Amino acid sequence: MISDGVEDEEKWLTAGIAGLQQNAFYMHRALDSNNIKDALKYSAQMLSELRTSRLSPHKYYELYMRAFDELRKLEIFFKEESRRSCSIIELYELVQHAGNILPRLYLLCTVGSVYIKSKEAPAKDILKDLVEMCRGIQHPLRGLFLRSYLSQVSRDKLPDIGSEYEGDENTVMDAVEFVLQNFTEMNKLWVRMQHQNKGPKKRTDLNHFGIGQFWHAIGLSGLLGPAREKEKREKERNELRDLVGKNLHVLSQIEGIDLELYRDVVLPRILEQVVNCKDDLAQYYLMDCVIQVFPDEYHLQTLETLLGACPQLQPSVDIRTVLSGLMERLSNYAASSVEVLPEFVQVEAFAKLNNAIGQVIEAQPDMPVFGAVTLYSSLLTFTLHVHPDRLDYVDQILGACVSKLSGKGTLEGKATKQIVAFLSAPLEKYSDIDIALKLSNYPLVLEYLDDRTNKVMSNVIIQSIMKNKTHISTADKVGALFELIKGLIKDLDSGGDDEMDEDDFKEEQNFVARLVQMLYNDDPEEMLKIICTVKKHIMTGGPKRLPFTIPPLIYNALKLVRRVQSQDENASEETTASATPKKIFQILNQTIEVLSTVPVPDLALRLYLECAEAANDCDLEPVAYEFFTQAYILYEEEISDSKAQVTALYLIIGTLQRMHTFGVENRDTLTHKATGYSAKLLKKPDQCRAVYACSHLFWVEDQDGIKDGERVLLCLKRALRIANAAQQMANVTKGSSGSVTLFIEILNKYLYFFEKGNTQITVASIQGLIELVTTEMQSDTATSDPAADAFFSSTIRYIQSQKAKGGSTAEKFEPIKV
Amino acid sequence: MVLVLAIGDLHIPHRAPDLPAKFKSMLVPGKIQHIICTGNLCIKEVHDYLKSLCPSLHVTRGEYDEDSRYPETKTITIGQFKLGLCHGHQVVPWGDLDSLAMLQRQLDVDILVNGHTHQFKAYKHEAGVVINPGSATGAYSSVTYDVNPSFVLMDIDGLRVVVYVYELIDGEVKVDKIDFKKTSTATI
Repeated sequence: MISDGVEDEEKWLTAGIAGLQQNAFYMHRALDSNNIKDALKYSAQMLSELRTSRLSPHKYYELYMRAFDELRKLEIFFKEESRRSCSIIELYELVQHAGNILPRLYLLCTVGSVYIKSKEAPAKDILKDLVEMCRGIQHPLRGLFLRSYLSQVSRDKLPDIGSEYEGDENTVMDAVEFVLQNFTEMNKLWVRMQHQNKGPKKRTDLNHFGIGQFWHAIGLSGLLGPAREKEKREKERNELRDLVGKNLHVLSQIEGIDLELYRDVVLPRILEQVVNCKDDLAQYYLMDCVIQVFPDEYHLQTLETLLGACPQLQPSVDIRTVLSGLMERLSNYAASSVEVLPEFVQVEAFAKLNNAIGQVIEAQPDMPVFGAVTLYSSLLTFTLHVHPDRLDYVDQILGACVSKLSGKGTLEGKATKQIVAFLSAPLEKYSDIDIALKLSNYPLVLEYLDDRTNKVMSNVIIQSIMKNKTHISTADKVGALFELIKGLIKDLDSGGDDEMDEDDFKEEQNFVARLVQMLYNDDPEEMLKIICTVKKHIMTGGPKRLPFTIPPLIYNALKLVRRVQSQDENASEETTASATPKKIFQILNQTIEVLSTVPVPDLALRLYLECAEAANDCDLEPVAYEFFTQAYILYEEEISDSKAQVTALYLIIGTLQRMHTFGVENRDTLTHKATGYSAKLLKKPDQCRAVYACSHLFWVEDQDGIKDGERVLLCLKRALRIANAAQQMANVTKGSSGSVTLFIEILNKYLYFFEKGNTQITVASIQGLIELVTTEMQSDTATSDPAADAFFSSTIRYIQSQKAKGGSTAEKFEPIKV
Repeated sequence: MVLVLAIGDLHIPHRAPDLPAKFKSMLVPGKIQHIICTGNLCIKEVHDYLKSLCPSLHVTRGEYDEDSRYPETKTITIGQFKLGLCHGHQVVPWGDLDSLAMLQRQLDVDILVNGHTHQFKAYKHEAGVVINPGSATGAYSSVTYDVNPSFVLMDIDGLRVVVYVYELIDGEVKVDKIDFKKTSTATI
């Protein structure tokens, strides 16, 4: 049935166009022979096609456009005609003889246009006449198009200021009246469309096709059922809305309308119509139209009036979108130039908007949460643009939001997205997180988010800090910040929240770690307070989080140690300050200890060694010794993986080598232990390398560094023994001698100490090693090892280059034969 | 002309939040042919970031690196040069040039790139060149005080390598350059 309808429409449209064109042809022929009467007759017939009720708005428009084109040509003829035969007044009379009212009115408007142009009568009279007479068409679709035609032909003939049609009799007021009246009538027609075709109606303008009247009586669309019918109606209405809105557009173009006229006449009249028509489609569209079409300065000055209309609209109107649109426009206006800002203050824009929103929300208690948040979001954007310095306004909005949210429990879905956007806005605007931290209601809003969204928000906050590279500088602010992001810092009470993907969790915690790096204050006391505050918060994180959050804190503390250490050196008097290295080391010790609850011995060991070195730089021998002890305990008891042991041991040896604060006893104990560990590593090559690394423990290049040549040699010899054992093992287990690399490495170490002046290293021992390597490499059971060959070659080259150096070096190396 | 970026010891996120903005804006993808990284990135994000600058990424393991699969040492041949890469915490004493020279001999390379001390160094000795690009983020180091963020860009052209060091000092990027020439196709 429906598809039949569409097909039929096509047929009718085609028929209509055909009829129109045929009559147009005759009309033009009559015009060519200057036969006015015939021309008018045919034009009337042509226009009769527009009397149809058959067509949907879309199709009617097509027909209308054809008629429009023809009427333009007719108008051109009329312009010339008036100079030749009958006068324009006569013509005006003549066209009123047309049989049917619709063609009559179209022709009248056409002639009227020429009439106005001729200036033989005041524009306002003609316009008034026309706009009144159009009342004759009460059919919505036909009436809308007719009045649209009127609007179009009259556009450039309005008695505006500076127009040629202005005069003593014609003023801007007349133009305004005309347009307003046309607008009002058009709106009424448009609204009436909603209730059209509810049953057979008596019609003043008869339908063209007799059969069609029968269909009409039933109401073709009545067969669709009420819901579909309504939908269809609304769709058709939407297609036509621009016809109505055009009038407002015309109004906005009238130059003579100044603020006063707008405020006192134009806007009230428009709003009156909008409110009284009680149609939600119209109200929504027209409110939006008004906001878009008229200048922002005007809106500011008429804010109360405009907002006053809002509560009077139908409850089903989406007032939120309208208000949001208004606020957005005003925000952009404020952003466009700084000079307009005082205006906002003067009209108390914020207060009015705030009230309006409050009223709307109160009036619609069923408004879904995300709707209210959208409104507040728009207001927030507005405030951030217009009154960025008024934190109290921002806080107020947040507070209003909190009261709206209270009692709703945690939110879901759309609402959370809106709230995240809502909360992110101040962060983006105020690049300094300090300001956002001052908003007392901010954390309260966060309370209403579910855990996942809380985390999302926390991430947003951290990202904002990282992006703006702001440093958070007091312990209080740090505390407030960590409260805000507590979703990341610890497990929230709701517990058992969704298992987080491991990678995501790592990323999240690394984020927190980076945040810790952004906390800084020049004043050591404050910095220490910050460190303590952070410590307090991250301690609540539990074993999962500690490995991520403790290291950055440790390093912050170590950096602080360095700062106060150099200050201590400068300031000789005893200060009562609590930010002393000792105090900080205590905190460091306690903090690293907590890692044992996880446990992460590798990490803890590294951190202990770092602290030991820092203590060494402060000359705090007992503290450094304590850290070393802790590190050793971890090595002995917790680190059992071979590879991990090797790395840990190098760190121990490397750190120990640099210690200068230890007395002989302590140093001996630690060194002895280190060499012991080295010899007990699992794999022989590892043992060998660690042991010869230990040789450096006995030789420090510093001025008063230890230089115990004997013990160096002892280490090297021990390493040699281990290397030999390794070779033998290889012979036994693999049937070939293992790589000679270890020997070459030891040879290099001999050369190292020889060069440094260790008298215990003799030329003979070096020579012996060289021969050993050479023999091993040439032996039958040797496995070919190009890397070892290259290593040996470069070592030989090194010796040669030393010999070539001249001076004491050359002398020293001279005896070595290669 | 082959551009090689030598960078390392970023220590993100333990000791530094991020690369300095000025460095980030200089390091754009597509300009560099190789990246050699001494280690201690420490997290995957940094690895991915470096990979995005250049797909040819070589990393050796630092003691804080999250990924334990990086090798202890690595050798790469670029043009006429053999480069060796090692984090350096394994070479005791830390930062000692003679010990590093031994490693260089062991790896049999012309240029040894190492880190750990967070202090930029470019040193030529008879057998080759030792380069330490320092810490790209200026991270805290127990070995070095007052670390300035730095990295190294090597321009390898035939037998010549120009070493550009970029240092961020008081908010400004300062560039210095050092020339090295190989005398023959054998090791220097």
